[in-house]
Amino acid sequence: MKLVTERRELSSQLLRFCAPLVSIAVALFVAGFLLLAAGVNPLAAYQDILVESLGSLYGLSETLVKTTPLIFAGLGVSLAFRMQIWNIGAEGQIYMGAMAASGVALFSGIDNHGLMLLAMFSAAFLCGGCWAGVAGFLRARWQVNEVIVTLLMNYIAILFVDYLVYGPWKDPKGFNFPLTAQFSDAARLAEYFDTRLHSGFFLALFMALVLYLFMERTIWGYEIKVIGSNPKAAQYAGMKTGLAIFTVLFLSGAIAGVAGFSEVAGLQHRLQHGISPGYGYTAIIIAWLAKRSAIGVVIVAFLMGVLLVGGDSLQIYWQLPVAFVYAFQGLILFFLLASDFFIQYRVKLVRGAAHG
Amino acid sequence: MKKLLLFSILLSACLAGSAFAAQHEKEITAGFIYVGPVGDAGWTYAHDQGRLEMEKLPFVKPSTYIESVPEGAESARVINGLVRKGANLIFTTSFGYMDATIDVARRNKDVVFMHCSGFKTAENVGTYFGRMYEPRYLSGIVAGKMTKKNVIGYVAAFPIPEVIRGINAFTLGARSVNPQAEVKVVWTQTWFDPGIERDAADSLLDVGADVLAMHQDAPATLQAAEARGAYVIGYNSDMRSFAPNAFLTAPVWNWGALYTRLATEVSTGTWKSTQIWDGMKEGLVELAPFNAKVPAEVQTLVTGKAAAIKAGTFHPFTGPIKDQAGNEVVAPGQVPTDGDLLSMNYFVSGVQGTIPK
Repeated sequence: MKLVTERRELSSQLLRFCAPLVSIAVALFVAGFLLLAAGVNPLAAYQDILVESLGSLYGLSETLVKTTPLIFAGLGVSLAFRMQIWNIGAEGQIYMGAMAASGVALFSGIDNHGLMLLAMFSAAFLCGGCWAGVAGFLRARWQVNEVIVTLLMNYIAILFVDYLVYGPWKDPKGFNFPLTAQFSDAARLAEYFDTRLHSGFFLALFMALVLYLFMERTIWGYEIKVIGSNPKAAQYAGMKTGLAIFTVLFLSGAIAGVAGFSEVAGLQHRLQHGISPGYGYTAIIIAWLAKRSAIGVVIVAFLMGVLLVGGDSLQIYWQLPVAFVYAFQGLILFFLLASDFFIQYRVKLVRGAAHG
Repeated sequence: MKKLLLFSILLSACLAGSAFAAQHEKEITAGFIYVGPVGDAGWTYAHDQGRLEMEKLPFVKPSTYIESVPEGAESARVINGLVRKGANLIFTTSFGYMDATIDVARRNKDVVFMHCSGFKTAENVGTYFGRMYEPRYLSGIVAGKMTKKNVIGYVAAFPIPEVIRGINAFTLGARSVNPQAEVKVVWTQTWFDPGIERDAADSLLDVGADVLAMHQDAPATLQAAEARGAYVIGYNSDMRSFAPNAFLTAPVWNWGALYTRLATEVSTGTWKSTQIWDGMKEGLVELAPFNAKVPAEVQTLVTGKAAAIKAGTFHPFTGPIKDQAGNEVVAPGQVPTDGDLLSMNYFVSGVQGTIPK
């Protein structure tokens, strides 16, 4: 007897829809035992997670604040995934976007609100795009593996931003602390309902819509899909794969870069160390779970926001150690990724001697 | 076990509470934002010890702490969580929480916020920090006496004034007893990363350092010194259990003294927003007990200096002090102002390393 896995010819819509829900349920069930072991009533804890992240205007606003950079970065990564290009560098692209937007905010001297924000947005878009574009160019021209290039460029981006805030961009009135000056009002996004929810969230939704239309309704979107699934066929069909690889990585990085703009203009109002606590890496999981669909990214990013914001309640209300929160979030992601496997493969028991 | 402890604290609080009810107008429910895990040594551990000591006060109800809260805007949500849970005194224990603390405080005027190591205050936000340069200087004396090769290694987190001030005080202390001593600095760009800290410590041992010191949260530097037979000065909390042979002493925090005082002030309604910068005199910072390997004469010397610092007759940054380039930065007999100390951005002569500009 032997366990074998085989690919499903066709995974049903029902399965695709139910598998993530079932996997979350299983994860909650398993995590429940952890909670019990820690002397916490799992149902009460889960209720707190939902109340914390969704149960009030404040909680919901914070979840959306958290969701915003995840949508941008998730969209960027998923666009590249569409073409089987692996952009692991969204984290660095966020930093470069944040840096470019901050540079404009601090030194351009523009005092018109709309013009300033447009300039910051464009700078972040271009800078994030060029950062990823380097990997795109290397891949298109010399077949250099974009996973390695984008990943390693993260460290360069983060250290470069550190260099700026510890050195030339340091606030002269900041007692030598590593912070830039705070942005002027012209360089800040609008906030709503006396919460921290800012217009970056709506920009993220708009971006998701644009990307959806681009992917599903344009020739370009179609070409990207074809090149991704069969580059040889695409080349025979006369598609310029090299240019497409560069362009897609550029756009991927540019959209991730906008996350940096949204974070500094909407939330932080200055550039400082640790501008992103790993959103670029979370974006990879989001893009994977969203099956590369722009609308899917929005949904998964929101769920991730609930998980991250709600996870705090385990510490605040139950005084569980932070390691527990990580374990809890890890369990849910683990089961979600596992469900992805079962959608595509089935596991069978095979009788008799197996070969290989 | 923790629960049992909490319960017994609660019980004793209830029993003792009635006696104090007359003096104290309100009960204190405190909340703490920690930058790392509590663990069993280091910055956050020291704060948590202070929290536990504060909880011994009869009018202080069990407090809530949140570990590993990322610095920056992210922290505002967590601070707000403590407010909604009912905390009326909140400690945010790392520099990166400054803007978030001010932001949450603006929306919650009836809660008192104390931010550690920053410079922004508000009507309901005070700041607090300690003159760690005092015991740093003393530990420098020990290092200067104990080094044989006159090369001392210093594993340092970030090039910010707090860390730079510590390196300078340490170096002044070492050079006061050993003018040949050089202090080599390696930046790690992290407060807590045992792997990186260990690598930095090893690299300093590789270039000949025989005494190490550090400004980090993990005890990795101590373990590196122990493994290679060097000496080491700890930091934050008494870390001797990580390096029983290598450990000499450590400048340490005693937050309990300050937290107890602040909780009492808030409870009796006498608290006012100030910028607290306490030293050895107030008991906020001190030098951990010496390892027996530190010769008696060195112990006597250091204890004498400690007494002078506490009495206010000696200041570690008394001029003349020269920077690395040999320029005089503090004139003979002068002492820098607190403002100059708090924004210190140069290395004194004797430090080998650079501050990124």
